[in-house]
Amino acid sequence: MLQHYGPQLINLLASLMLLLAFAMLAQRRIMSLINLFAAQGFTLFLSTALVAWLTDQSHLYGSALLTLVLKVIALPWILHRLIRRLNVKWDVETLINIPSTMLIGIVLVILAFNLALPIALLAGTLTKGTLGIALACVLLSFLMMITRSKAVPQVIGFLSMENGLFFAATAAAYGMPMVIEFGIALDVLVGMVILGIFFFRIRERFDSLDTRHLEKLKEH
Amino acid sequence: MLATPLHDVLAAVCAWLAIGALGLLRVGSIGWATRILYPAGAIVGLGLAAIALRAIFEPAASMVLPLGLPDLPLHARLDALSAFFLLLLGAVSAGVSVYAGGYFRQTQGTPPGLICLYFHVFLASMALVMVADDAYFFMLAWETMALSSFFLVTCDHDQAEIRRAGYLYLLIAHLGAITILLCFGALLAGAGDYTFEHMRSLQPSAAWATAAFLLALLGFGAKAGIVPLHVWLPEAHPAAPSPVSALLSAVMLKTAIYGLIRVTLDLIGSPLWWWGVIALTLGLVSALGGIVFAAVQTDMKRLLAYSSIENVGLIFAGFGLTLIFHGFGMGALAALALTATLYHCLNHAFYKSLLFLCTGSVLHATRERSLGRLGGLIHRMPWVAWCALIGTIAIAGLPPSNGFASEWLLLQAFLFTPGLPHGYLNMLVPVAAAAVALTAALSGYVMVKFFGVVFLGQHREARLVEAHEAGIWERAGLAWLAAACLFLGLVPATVIGLLEPITRTLTGYGIGNLAQGWLFIAPISAERASYSPLLVFVVTALLVVAAWLLVRAFYHGRVRRAAPWGCGFPNQDARMQDSAEGFGQPVRQVFEPFFRLEQHAPAPDDARPRYSESAEDHLWYWLYLPVARGVERLTALVTLLQRGRISVYLAYSFATLLALLLFVR
Repeated sequence: MLQHYGPQLINLLASLMLLLAFAMLAQRRIMSLINLFAAQGFTLFLSTALVAWLTDQSHLYGSALLTLVLKVIALPWILHRLIRRLNVKWDVETLINIPSTMLIGIVLVILAFNLALPIALLAGTLTKGTLGIALACVLLSFLMMITRSKAVPQVIGFLSMENGLFFAATAAAYGMPMVIEFGIALDVLVGMVILGIFFFRIRERFDSLDTRHLEKLKEH
Repeated sequence: MLATPLHDVLAAVCAWLAIGALGLLRVGSIGWATRILYPAGAIVGLGLAAIALRAIFEPAASMVLPLGLPDLPLHARLDALSAFFLLLLGAVSAGVSVYAGGYFRQTQGTPPGLICLYFHVFLASMALVMVADDAYFFMLAWETMALSSFFLVTCDHDQAEIRRAGYLYLLIAHLGAITILLCFGALLAGAGDYTFEHMRSLQPSAAWATAAFLLALLGFGAKAGIVPLHVWLPEAHPAAPSPVSALLSAVMLKTAIYGLIRVTLDLIGSPLWWWGVIALTLGLVSALGGIVFAAVQTDMKRLLAYSSIENVGLIFAGFGLTLIFHGFGMGALAALALTATLYHCLNHAFYKSLLFLCTGSVLHATRERSLGRLGGLIHRMPWVAWCALIGTIAIAGLPPSNGFASEWLLLQAFLFTPGLPHGYLNMLVPVAAAAVALTAALSGYVMVKFFGVVFLGQHREARLVEAHEAGIWERAGLAWLAAACLFLGLVPATVIGLLEPITRTLTGYGIGNLAQGWLFIAPISAERASYSPLLVFVVTALLVVAAWLLVRAFYHGRVRRAAPWGCGFPNQDARMQDSAEGFGQPVRQVFEPFFRLEQHAPAPDDARPRYSESAEDHLWYWLYLPVARGVERLTALVTLLQRGRISVYLAYSFATLLALLLFVR
């Protein structure tokens, strides 16, 4: 039964990912942004576990577990703690207004689907149809990083970009070798810690987490 | 495993590195470095010289080192050419290290333990340059050499002008390194094999070979200080502590000569004759320009630095002549020119390090580098003065010193150019010979100025009376180098025999058998020209002794002491003596277009009149400043990209990503 509906379920989860990516792009509140990020991580976990079960790729279970621990539990928890400590629960300012951002996002999705088409034809995987969505998630997260001016949403954009990349790897080749996945997971965790320190330094220096203040560091 | 000379060389390198590392044990302790480590380094240097001397006559040996990147091990090889330059390095560094044991004092800048580390890493990297047998290892050693010497030059980094000199040095060193890298790229011919063995086996097309040669000439020329890439030399040499200046000038410049000979005659293997014309021209311009600038210097270390440019120019000229002869298939004459070139390398290494160390002792005794404030030091520091005199005679190229022997051989090589099968060359190369002769004469003039102003006459400053003689370690180092200068001059036949294995591998001919026994050398035939330094020495010595005895016999008891250079004036004082500027003035007049002069003449009513004058290099204004301004303008464009806003930077990467995805599928 589940075997039969498996591919459809994966497609469903993939579209959920895309939906969440758009939701993050449109979200103004930081707390909801973190929750959305956790939800995206959870979707990723579900889809990875499903692919693992459908294709009997035992190492993908490890990846799924890693995703669950790191992206659904650890990172959102760290981010929540950071927000509490920094006391920055206010709304997120965007550089471009939300509707225009959404329009640009749609263009990017079309672009991503078009780009993924030739690659998907080459890939022999069960999940090849979702490659376009994975690429779109990457581009949308990137767009989010560009359009936000505060440091925390930019970091969330960075993390969600990693989600997209992970999804793309699962879609195109049933995931990466375990060593590389562990490496990336460690990178993300360490990067998060370092960025957390940077948050405090930036706020201490400029009394705000707005990265526009960093313009003052420019050499004239 | 059988221990070959190559193993011994590598062991010496390791010993140097270990000594350097030991310096870190007690970074701040001056006694630990100077009393124990530098003398130990000198012993290693002597050992290396002995190994190299033996290795010259042995067949080439190579090995693969268990070091390096995966799939890219380091290759080492010791042949006659490497062994000769290792001999030079070992023998000179032994003297310099002993001297350094007495020289370094507590200073404001780099702590003595660190200086000791840089010093020995510098020595080790130069040895590695000479045994490297693949491009990767060569560049590794080459860059280590550049960096360690940069830190040595900037020992007293609390002074802004020294930092500036170091920066200039590093800049040109990197420029040279890049061109050398490109040169190896041209020699590789697209294959991924970096070993010199592979490059040797290839027969590059004329265009690629020419590109490789020109790049090598530029890259190694930058390190050797050939015009127009010489500007770092007169800045960096005075900035460095004297033992370091000695090593820079004596040995490091020779690594560039080694590299050029290695690439051109060994790796490319079949030089075209007109490459030689380029090298010869550059060499002559450097030689003449260098010595003319040396004549007008008022800082003794700058003077010696410019004289290094001159000597490197002569070496390049000899190398160019080798290429011309080689290119026309005149092997015996090519061997003669190459012998003269290498002989001059050896000589320059010894007398220039000797003179730099003498300036170091003078500097320590008087804290003064300017010639205008020295004078009469022969009474205060006779040991240093006599060693300097030997060095001065050698660098001026007077018989029976070693300088004469190599310059004479070089001129002999020039005199055989009428045999060249090329009309213009036949006519022009004798002009070059004249330029070499002029350079030699001018260098004599410059050295009279150097020695006369520093050591003879009266003290130009009252406090020079307190100048003290150099310590025992310094004197030992000076004596070793001075003895080497004399020895190399007196036994040219032996030295030529030493060079024969090299010329035989590189040009196919040797001129060792042309030395007429051990007494005379006659490069081509005894009828044309022959020279016996021992006879010259003995006759000169006899004449001096005879004259001394005669004077003593006839004038004894009627010796009258007067102020030096008094010339019969009753009230001669120190300021009436010929000054450094005054002595250089005729050369400055004759060669005026060479300089960009700035004079400061005192006003008539000035209470303390001081005349000052500076002669700067036109090239600095014609070449370097325009290039610097151009680079600055270009880099100003880059700041347009720098907006300081993270979103913009992210947008840059985003746009790049999209462009790559869309257009470069």
